Amino acid sequence: MSIGHTLLGLLESGPRHGYDLKRAFDEKFGHDRPLHYGQVYSTMSRLLKNGLVEVDGIEAGGGPERKRYAITDAGVTDVERWLATPEEPAEYLQSTLYTKVVLALLTHRNAADILDTQRSEHLRSMRILTDRKRKGDLADQLICDHALFHLEADLRWLELTAARLDKLRAEVTK
Amino acid sequence: MTSPAGSLLIAQDLRKAYGPTLALDGAGFSIHPGEVVAIMGPSGSGKSTLLHCLAGIVPPDSGSITYNGQELATMSDAQRSALRRSEFGFVFQFGQLVPELTCVENVALPLRLNGTSRKAAEKAALGWMERLEVDNLKDKRPGEVSGGQGQRVAVARALVTGPRVLFADEPTGALDSLNGERVMELLTDAARSTNAAVVLVTHEARVAAYSDREVVVRDGKSRDMERAV
Amino acid sequence: MGGRFAFAGGREGWVRVLLTAVGVGLGVALLLLTTAIPNALAVRHDRDEARLDYTYDQKHKPKAADTLVISDANSNYHGSDIRGRLVEPEGPRAPLAPGLATYPAPGDMVVSPALKRLLDSADGKLLRDRLPYRVVGTIGEPGLIGSHELAYYAGAKNLTPRIDGWQTARITAFGNPHPSPPDKTDPVLILLILVVFVVLLMPVAVFIAAAVRFGGERRDRRLAALRLVGSDSRMTRRIAAGEALAGSLVGLVFGTVFFLLGRHLAGSVEILGISVFPSYLNPTPALALLVAVTVPAAAVLVTLFAMRGVVIEPLGVVRTAKPSRRRLWWRLLLPLGGLAMLAPMIGQGRSNGEFNQYLVIGGVLLLLVGVTALLPWVVEAVVARLGTGNVAWQLAVRRLQLNSGSAARMVNGIAVAVAGAVALQMLFAGVESDYTKVTGQNVEQTQMQVQNLRGGAFISAAEKFSATKGVRKATALGTLQVGDRSWNSKGAPGTSSSVTVGDCAALREVARLTSCHDGDVFVARGGDRGMDADTAKLARPGRKLYFDTGDGFSKGPDLVWPVPSGLQQVRAIKGPNENVYSGFLMTPAALPHRMTGLVSGQVYLSLDESVPDVHEYVRNTAARIDPLADSIVWAANEQSTKFTSIRTGLLVGATCVLALIGASLLVSQLEQLRERKMLLSALIAFGTRRRTLSLSVLWQTAIPIALGLLLASTVGLTLGAVLLKMVGATVGVDWASVLTMSGIGATVVLVVTLLSLPPLWRLMRPEGLRTE
Repeated sequence: MSIGHTLLGLLESGPRHGYDLKRAFDEKFGHDRPLHYGQVYSTMSRLLKNGLVEVDGIEAGGGPERKRYAITDAGVTDVERWLATPEEPAEYLQSTLYTKVVLALLTHRNAADILDTQRSEHLRSMRILTDRKRKGDLADQLICDHALFHLEADLRWLELTAARLDKLRAEVTK
Repeated sequence: MTSPAGSLLIAQDLRKAYGPTLALDGAGFSIHPGEVVAIMGPSGSGKSTLLHCLAGIVPPDSGSITYNGQELATMSDAQRSALRRSEFGFVFQFGQLVPELTCVENVALPLRLNGTSRKAAEKAALGWMERLEVDNLKDKRPGEVSGGQGQRVAVARALVTGPRVLFADEPTGALDSLNGERVMELLTDAARSTNAAVVLVTHEARVAAYSDREVVVRDGKSRDMERAV
Repeated sequence: MGGRFAFAGGREGWVRVLLTAVGVGLGVALLLLTTAIPNALAVRHDRDEARLDYTYDQKHKPKAADTLVISDANSNYHGSDIRGRLVEPEGPRAPLAPGLATYPAPGDMVVSPALKRLLDSADGKLLRDRLPYRVVGTIGEPGLIGSHELAYYAGAKNLTPRIDGWQTARITAFGNPHPSPPDKTDPVLILLILVVFVVLLMPVAVFIAAAVRFGGERRDRRLAALRLVGSDSRMTRRIAAGEALAGSLVGLVFGTVFFLLGRHLAGSVEILGISVFPSYLNPTPALALLVAVTVPAAAVLVTLFAMRGVVIEPLGVVRTAKPSRRRLWWRLLLPLGGLAMLAPMIGQGRSNGEFNQYLVIGGVLLLLVGVTALLPWVVEAVVARLGTGNVAWQLAVRRLQLNSGSAARMVNGIAVAVAGAVALQMLFAGVESDYTKVTGQNVEQTQMQVQNLRGGAFISAAEKFSATKGVRKATALGTLQVGDRSWNSKGAPGTSSSVTVGDCAALREVARLTSCHDGDVFVARGGDRGMDADTAKLARPGRKLYFDTGDGFSKGPDLVWPVPSGLQQVRAIKGPNENVYSGFLMTPAALPHRMTGLVSGQVYLSLDESVPDVHEYVRNTAARIDPLADSIVWAANEQSTKFTSIRTGLLVGATCVLALIGASLLVSQLEQLRERKMLLSALIAFGTRRRTLSLSVLWQTAIPIALGLLLASTVGLTLGAVLLKMVGATVGVDWASVLTMSGIGATVVLVVTLLSLPPLWRLMRPEGLRTE
């Protein structure tokens, strides 16, 4: 999962302090693994260096850094590209896909498109496996079937999510 | 949606309502000869309606469907029936084999509807049943064969007229995965060997994996994944 | 619980209950009518006995305070008999006819309600002229034997001279002085009645059997669902029985209503000239109760019997094994057994023998049940051998091969109805031609005869008849008898001859006269031998001959007639009554004055029968001349029209039964089509023409029905032939009825098919493919 893209996506709805970013991330994606402050600052400084975010202002009052970050045009494009690119079908993909869908919903992008694109990518893999299975021996068939069933499970999750997009949108944007 | 040249069957901007329910809302589709296209989408999305429109079974409320350059809307019901008899083949999920006819008679039925003599029709039917590995069932009635066997008989029947387009609506819906895959293999092999296009409605990814590309239908709108990317 | 299911089944459930109820209702009504008929006939008989004015076999009674002179003045109007009586009470205690409160005064009459209606209608205009009496009241029900009987009592004066011991009599009481048990009804009639009821009841029974099985498959599935939630198989059977019971209980109500309607209707129907009052039709309570118990019980039994081969499991319906191939032998046994029961009675009808009612009913039942037993076998056997034609034919034949039983079951009712109706029609046609007698009357010269004109009136009658509309020629002839000795002496008459009285024109009709003047007397020769010889003996001029002056009861005073000298010998020719008579011919002036009142006159009429109502005009004229005159219409054949109405009735009944069966056929057809909705849509999807599917539906009904009709005609003709043999009538095939009945059967198929087409087309719409 790309924390950088996620934070960028979160910034797209408006400039935030680092502290706010961490809290928004934890709330939406980090149920079991909250981000450390250190992670946030190091990611933000990398994004700053790459010109994807800029510092919008610093609040007085000292203490830990109270910089306010805003996303740049280059940052928006980067998020866009990331969302549109299907993930390589692999195990434990869900958290990334989930993040993408939520971000798309938060940024009022078409989340269904993301799911469709992903399904298409999965199907592409499945076609290759199916083809290999048809031409191969029993061992090939069994191995391919294993992969196919996993992909199918992903696809089922995609279908399920697609069917529940409206509900999810209501929940994340409330 | 623009339709690529060389398509055999093209549908554009289809709309179809059943009472207050909008089954199709600007859907499009196109398929090349020899291509296998899966129509996917959640239940109630309008996949089956799209297939019925494409096959000329149900006339859409608006939009155009051209088969081989000919607009379906301009054809009479009888002409569309004739088109379905000679150019199209059909496989459904269930309820399609005539229970009182033997399997070989079922397979021969479309040929006989076209006027082929009984003998010739049953000979051709038996040929297809061999290819689908069900020739041993020829004198059995549909009630006496298993679901997978019955579905293969149905595939044989769909292919017996040498159709240019094969419409399959959840052809494996009632089968277990092993039988389902075998049917899909046989179906796609047979279709490829005759260069028939296959319009495959399914909600199962593993069945859709036998296609060359998929079209997703959602809320009556279609999305052609390959061409959209 | 079953009852609740029966009614809670939605529209379809209602239709099923309704059809079951109608079927059961018809059966119940028919049974009730059957049980009521003997009663009705008995009441009729009693009424008829009670009003007998027994004019025969009575002594010449003197006038007294308790005597009534009554005269038959029966007539006929437009083919219906009218019972007419002229009455003259001679004292305060004169017997009162049943149904009357008082006797009408001379010139008045009391009439039956039916006659009153007729007289009041435009149709009765001519009859009003014939009965010039004032209507002062109606005859009460006890005085009538049918709601449609035409009857009147008219007051008259001076009937005493007309007392003759047969048409007019003086009586002191009504009713048969020798009460008789009910007539032994014509055994042929009994046979007809028995067969009619068996024939009408059988299809109804078959229909009930089919009706309680309506929607059976759907019910079985529902019962399976009940099994799933935990009812055991005994409970499901009870529920199914409850459903059938519910239907047949509603049927009982329907049946009672039908019966009451029918009873009411029976009052307005006339068959064989017999009508009854609704009050006659009271079924014996015990029999009615039996019907009320038996019919619902039978419905339940049929249901349980039908479920015998079905095991209802929680997850669906299992039909036990493949039904074994139908065997022929026991099926053949039934009709053969029927024939065997009927065979011993062959030829008994004419020799006035009796039919064993049980054997008749049993035999006819077995023959007809044989149809229902044979039909499934025939359908199975034939269908298995049917070749394959086009697709529609193939679809139909294959379907029948797979399930010929249900097809045969549906057609059974039609087959039984047709077989029975064909047999009956044939029986009626045969008996009818037997009852149609050659009368020997040559109707070229004379088409009508008016007789019993008393006195000299008959001579002037000729003129009156000639002036009547539609009469071409009227020949009035009177007859008298002369003998060689006093009619009061012992051994009289020794030698006698007839005297024919008429004017010259009339006499020219019976003999070849060269010249004729009023006052002439002739001797006609050349008639049949005995009379010729007797006449020759008597016709000696100067010989004293004695006229017969008796009135039927008593001899009159002697009247001597000397044979005149100027006798002209003439040759007798065939007269208007088609006979050649030897005897004396007298012109009116030659008749001794005292004899004028004793001449019994006849008027022979040649008519222009194209004039409408010509017979009624003649009768009217006759009644004007003498109310007691008797008019007879001559006909080459005495055509008995009585069976025409019964045959029409039978046809209507059979048609109704067929229509009812057609309705049930339609219901099951639709049910079956609905079950195949998905298949039909799939067939349409791959381009099957509507015509093909419609034709296959047609074949599917038409093949079993054609077979059913064929079998029914065969059995019907056999049964008809046997019945005809039983009554000793000539066996002739009544092809018209075979064709009619088959035609009706075929029409039912066509109508059922046509009516199932719109739903079929609706089902064939591609929406049927939608499973989502």
